[in-house]
Amino acid sequence: MLLGRVVGTVVPCVVYRGLEGVPLLLVQPLDKAGNPKGRTLVAADATRMAGPGELVYYEGGREAALALEPWFVPVDHAIVGIVDRLDREGEKA
Amino acid sequence: MILGRVIGTITSTINHPFYEAKKLLIVEKTDAGGEPLADYLIAVDVVDAGVGERVLVLDEGNGGRQIFAAPDAPIRSVVVGIIDGVDEGRGESGEP
Repeated sequence: MLLGRVVGTVVPCVVYRGLEGVPLLLVQPLDKAGNPKGRTLVAADATRMAGPGELVYYEGGREAALALEPWFVPVDHAIVGIVDRLDREGEKA
Repeated sequence: MILGRVIGTITSTINHPFYEAKKLLIVEKTDAGGEPLADYLIAVDVVDAGVGERVLVLDEGNGGRQIFAAPDAPIRSVVVGIIDGVDEGRGESGEP
């Protein structure tokens, strides 16, 4: 899993069978220090509760397809959790 | 499996059911000598590793699901060991 910041939502008018109703969020991947790294990607939101601005952790590949109910919906990235608190070594809580 | 070092922890209450009450660690990948690499990952901890410790991470879905006996869990990276040391035993001739 990796860290990401939700920076938008994606509203499709037509989607492949199984993707109907799956919330799609625009996510900016972050590096280990929490800085933006690389291009944004679109992730299905398995928590169904993440919103723009939130810090999330997401999974890719087969695990992303497994994160949705019913699983094996055709997605390649899925948000599996929202970060409440992140404590880094050496940083005061 | 890969070598890494724990550089942080994540607290999360809104998540996929599998991740309920699981301990999440931010692990920076390291080389055999312990030097940090740019890459990192977030892993579920099953050996009670703490921040700063060198760890062994299983980074493959089937193995991860086997550990939790959860055949359809969206899990891939699991901290499966805490490391004391890594001896790069190069032969006399320097060949690995």
